[in-house]
Amino acid sequence: MDLVIPKIDALSLCPEIVLSITAMLVLLVTVYLPKGRKDPAAYVGLLGIFIALVSLTLLWGKPRYAFNNMIMVDNFSIFFNMVILVTAALSILMSITYLKEEGMSHGEFYALILFSAVGMMFMTAGANLITIFLGLETMSISIYVLAGFLRDSNRSNESALKYLLLGAFSSAFLLYGIAFIYGATGTTDLKGISEFLSRATYMKDPMLLAGMGLLLVGFGFKIATVPFHMWTPDVYEGAPTSVTAFMSVGVKAAVFAAFLRVFSHALWDLQPDWNQLLWILAVLTMTLGNVVAIAQTNIKRMLAYSSIAHAGYIMVGMIASNELGTSSILFYMLAYAFTNLGAFGVVILFGRKGEGNLDIEDYSGMGFKYPVLGLLMAVFLFSLAGIPPTAGFVGKFYIFGAAVKAGYIWLAIIGVMNSLVSVYYYLRVTVMMYMKDPVEDLEGLHWSPSMIVALIIAVAGTLLIGIFPSPYLDLAKQSVLHLM
Amino acid sequence: MNQLDLPILTLLTFLPAIGALFIMLSNKEGVAQIRWMALVISMANFICSLPLFFCFKADYTGMQFVEKVPWIKEYGMTYFLGIDGISLLLILLTTFFTPICVIACWKDVTKKVKEFMMCLLLLETGMIGVFVSLDLFLFYIFWEVMLIPMYLLIGVWGNPARRVYAAIKFFLFTMFGSLLMLVAILVLYFYNHSVTGEYTFNLLKLYELNMPSLYQTWLFLAFFVAFAIKVPMFPFHTWLPDAHTEAPTVGSVLLAAVLLKMGTYGFLRFGMPLFPVATHQFVPLISILAIIGIIYGALVSMVQKDLKRLVAFSSVSHLGFVVLGLFALNIQGIQGGIIQMINHGLSTGALFLIVGMIYERRHTRMIADFGGLAKVMPVFAAFFMIVTLSSIGLPGLNGFVGEFLILLGTFRSNVVYAVFAATGVIFAAVYMLWMFQRVMFGEVTKEENRHLKDLSLREIGILASILIFIFWIGIYPKTFLSKTETSVTHFLTEFNKKYEACIQKEKNYLVLNTSEELMTKK
Repeated sequence: MDLVIPKIDALSLCPEIVLSITAMLVLLVTVYLPKGRKDPAAYVGLLGIFIALVSLTLLWGKPRYAFNNMIMVDNFSIFFNMVILVTAALSILMSITYLKEEGMSHGEFYALILFSAVGMMFMTAGANLITIFLGLETMSISIYVLAGFLRDSNRSNESALKYLLLGAFSSAFLLYGIAFIYGATGTTDLKGISEFLSRATYMKDPMLLAGMGLLLVGFGFKIATVPFHMWTPDVYEGAPTSVTAFMSVGVKAAVFAAFLRVFSHALWDLQPDWNQLLWILAVLTMTLGNVVAIAQTNIKRMLAYSSIAHAGYIMVGMIASNELGTSSILFYMLAYAFTNLGAFGVVILFGRKGEGNLDIEDYSGMGFKYPVLGLLMAVFLFSLAGIPPTAGFVGKFYIFGAAVKAGYIWLAIIGVMNSLVSVYYYLRVTVMMYMKDPVEDLEGLHWSPSMIVALIIAVAGTLLIGIFPSPYLDLAKQSVLHLM
Repeated sequence: MNQLDLPILTLLTFLPAIGALFIMLSNKEGVAQIRWMALVISMANFICSLPLFFCFKADYTGMQFVEKVPWIKEYGMTYFLGIDGISLLLILLTTFFTPICVIACWKDVTKKVKEFMMCLLLLETGMIGVFVSLDLFLFYIFWEVMLIPMYLLIGVWGNPARRVYAAIKFFLFTMFGSLLMLVAILVLYFYNHSVTGEYTFNLLKLYELNMPSLYQTWLFLAFFVAFAIKVPMFPFHTWLPDAHTEAPTVGSVLLAAVLLKMGTYGFLRFGMPLFPVATHQFVPLISILAIIGIIYGALVSMVQKDLKRLVAFSSVSHLGFVVLGLFALNIQGIQGGIIQMINHGLSTGALFLIVGMIYERRHTRMIADFGGLAKVMPVFAAFFMIVTLSSIGLPGLNGFVGEFLILLGTFRSNVVYAVFAATGVIFAAVYMLWMFQRVMFGEVTKEENRHLKDLSLREIGILASILIFIFWIGIYPKTFLSKTETSVTHFLTEFNKKYEACIQKEKNYLVLNTSEELMTKK
């Protein structure tokens, strides 16, 4: 048997390579930094992300396979990678002071964020089920550690353990699914699978369907769709807030990218089968996420359920499975990244060491005590609720537009009614901020420059995309053009 | 570009928002300065809106002062503004009432003045935006944006006891309707694309669509729910009494004067011209709901103990008239409906101001707490009397013109409706006069009421400026009716033309189908 050595096309992987080297540099730098003063490590990380972003833009518009069809660098993956890098950058910016306050300022934190970002980027660019799985594991293992980063806190430990155990299960499901698909089609290459299926005459091969179902479970777990969402609230609540922010956006973006590539591309011929399943899952996810969010008293838990609901909205775009649907997912992801990170940023800034100021009640009177912070939070919440003129509104508009275009009018109606329910619990926070008197002293907010930068980027993104969505829509549209 | 060579509508829409931005940057402590700033901005906006009235070409059928800039090209969103006779008066009503509200809350609002004024001005931007948008996407954005400041006005500055409940109820009710409308807008948009191959939210282009009646029915229903909640029509009215009662005076005034009109304006601008066949289908249902609203609103008003609630329910009754007039589908009915929107704005706005004035003095709104106020506050009594009579529809005052035209129009289209609706006029006289009697006449029964101060110059000023229009419309309505006449006639011809076209198309389709069936049978 001949062993084919693939051509080493390092250029296609330039961003990933830059990021990996940066992560190792961060580890190296942090050794020489005095204890408790690890900020420079974060800045090294940010610099690396910036270089990676620049190198990403150079790859734009030149779709290509690399490493023997294991990697696919196209606009689709580049778009998602940009979202992921922005997410990582904002999460790092938000973490600097937060970690110091929690007494956990270690350089390894930033290295782990970068490593998991590398994993995510491999997922979005994966053209082979194996690459996707490797990316998923790289991402997940870093995040298991990050979730338990506050090692003195019980909740953080609980969160990490829960995520690890359930994550291991879901990885097993995914791998099992990959094995079944391989068994049925004889390949793990996405293009190969799709070619096989378009040729195949025996479409309803039970092994294939079982494989598809297992993949759905594996992906569904990572993006927290009902009924695979049970871990989300606990993990999101216990993890350090900046990690929660990173998870809620970055992981979702990466897994949705892979999900889309596998289902809308490789398994396209099974579309009638998975579409019905997704329809049910989307409705369940939206409804449960929104309804249960109403009952939450902790803001992190509330945002956790809201992120479940948002996964449901994004699935609506997937069900639409037309070009508009796919590009609307990309756009939504971008809008959601800025908005959700912004909301978590406010939560971090407003929070106190340990479990302080994380209840929705604690936000009483905050809007008038800290007008700027209150206004920012209001913008992010209204964007999450999908009220114009914010990015969240345009995102929802496109998602539901795609659903209507594909004829899923009932799904669109269920979707908008769900966002009505969501308005209620987002409004509740604004009620606390503006319509209640403070229950306790609200002094002692610590504005740090890095956090200010992060919030400015988030709010600028939210409003800019909301008011002038045209260039971003264009970008999303171009990103799905060459999707194969 | 337009007769003024100036983007006047953009200016009108965004001047208040820019003003709000300036207020945001000013010092929180300088309360007096903030009030003056808000007043100057809203007055400036009112003055800017006057050229609209004077330069408006009354005999021109199309949209005027048009501004059109592509916004999101690929998906056919445009920044498309323009007005006709239908929206002209409503815009003036908005710009007229905002400075009045700023003056009215001069003494009333003492906490968080800066934020209050910002909300007020942002609300004005939203309201004008709704009336000038001719692009469905743009319209929807303004329609939603306007909710936020109103929600805050009720929730932050409302009555401490139930303000949060009322604010959330207001928000959720309105949002429910508008989300259904959003889906309908999307369906309309894609239907248009499938027929014409063009993606557009341009309202004037969507007017040209002749949709099959099944589509029309469903889309009309979705729009109907959104607008019926806003109007509010029976049985979607339950948010209104709460919102009105809990809102601060100024919030109630704007809610009654302008926000409720968005529903009726929506019927006229979107619901009816887009879906003429469905409109014809739903005339009986909507008319009956409107009549129920008229009578029910009046009866419930009669038994209210709280002045503000009474006025709130009277709005349900009055807006029933407006809707009835619009769906009479003839020139008198629609003209009457439009003028009655303005009338209701003026008289109910004034009534809320008046209730606010005695609330400021006595900190109660219960009818039972008053009595004999006419002796203590003669000037106040005079103003109150005139406004009450205007609300009842006394000839010579504005209310009469609107109600008369509406009843005339309804009589022409359906006598039975007119007869039932006319009872509403009588009921209105009963509850308003009875209320007035209990509050103003008789002996002064409560000790606290003996030393109430009469109106100040500021209060006389705002009420007098409203009274000017109450008399003007009552005595010489032609000034205003002449502005709307051409637009309404044009509206009706287009509406009927489109209705005929839709029906014809359906018939052809049926004939085609049956002939095909016959062919296959053979």
